[in-house]
Amino acid sequence: MEEEVEAGAVKKFMYVNRKQPYGTVYALEVLEMVLISAAFDQDVHLVFTDDGVLQLKKNMATDGIGMKNFSKTYRALEGYDIEKLYVDQESLDERGLTEDDLLVDVQVISRAEMADLMDQMDVVLTA
Amino acid sequence: MSLLHTVSKSPFERTNLQSCLKLAKAGSSILLYEDAVIGAMQGTAVADLVAAAAKSCKLHVLGPDLAARGLDAGKVIPGIAVVGYADFVDLAEQASAVQAWC
Amino acid sequence: MSYTAGGKTVEADEEGYLTNINEWNEDLAGEIAKAEQINMTAEHWEVVNFLREYYNEYQIAPAIRVLTKAITKKLGAEKASNKYLYELFPYGPAKQACKIAGLPKPTGCV
Repeated sequence: MEEEVEAGAVKKFMYVNRKQPYGTVYALEVLEMVLISAAFDQDVHLVFTDDGVLQLKKNMATDGIGMKNFSKTYRALEGYDIEKLYVDQESLDERGLTEDDLLVDVQVISRAEMADLMDQMDVVLTA
Repeated sequence: MSLLHTVSKSPFERTNLQSCLKLAKAGSSILLYEDAVIGAMQGTAVADLVAAAAKSCKLHVLGPDLAARGLDAGKVIPGIAVVGYADFVDLAEQASAVQAWC
Repeated sequence: MSYTAGGKTVEADEEGYLTNINEWNEDLAGEIAKAEQINMTAEHWEVVNFLREYYNEYQIAPAIRVLTKAITKKLGAEKASNKYLYELFPYGPAKQACKIAGLPKPTGCV
């Protein structure tokens, strides 16, 4: 007897992070959504642009504001097989940052390259 | 006695800081906190604007919000004072009124 | 609910996960294990300690497949098999072992 297995199609997903980590809850919520959705084995792309690049800043110390420092969790993404992380150079420049300021390995691309990448996606979610 | 202007939103996401700098009179105090603290750093796209304001106004940035974001208090624009929560209260108390930009 | 160990009572949520991870200690882990009807052996501790290290490094409790992958890397494939882990923690290694380790419920665990 053959079992019918529904072969789920793999889609290209992009999560676009555009906000700082602690002023609002968006960054943490997206991170949790990404971790949960990792179970569905989709082709996930994580983009950090505009103020979103600040989510990946090294050396966060959140004791003074009474919130949990969740930046270490970005380093767990590799274990969840989420390895396509992108940052645009222009957003880093605007904030006086360089790739060395980031706590995970990312691909630094230009805004034009980011636009091309976004154009290839099946699903794009932004927060 | 003069106003204390407070700004909590990122200058890259909203224009609260830019509007504040246009309307803050010389001698007044400005405090950047929460997502606005990125505006106090050297080398950003708004650094020239903020540095110019720091010449006529008394600029402050909240230290705990810098630390939370991994931003080095040693690299804020010269002329901006890094302060704590107790200083925030003192600034508000010393001001004639508080203008919270939101 | 709550647990008591060493004369100290600490709070837990309705499912038995500690409210404050910083209140965890080994005696308390023993009490949580007792409530889960688990007799802690060296093998149990190995998984619990592994989870605590993982949490310390990444600030989350791992999903089960991430846990097995990480255990394979560190302790070998034998100790990462579902059979082995379910024998140690019959109601689910992610849920039960995390609870004993004082961690929150794993992200992505329904």
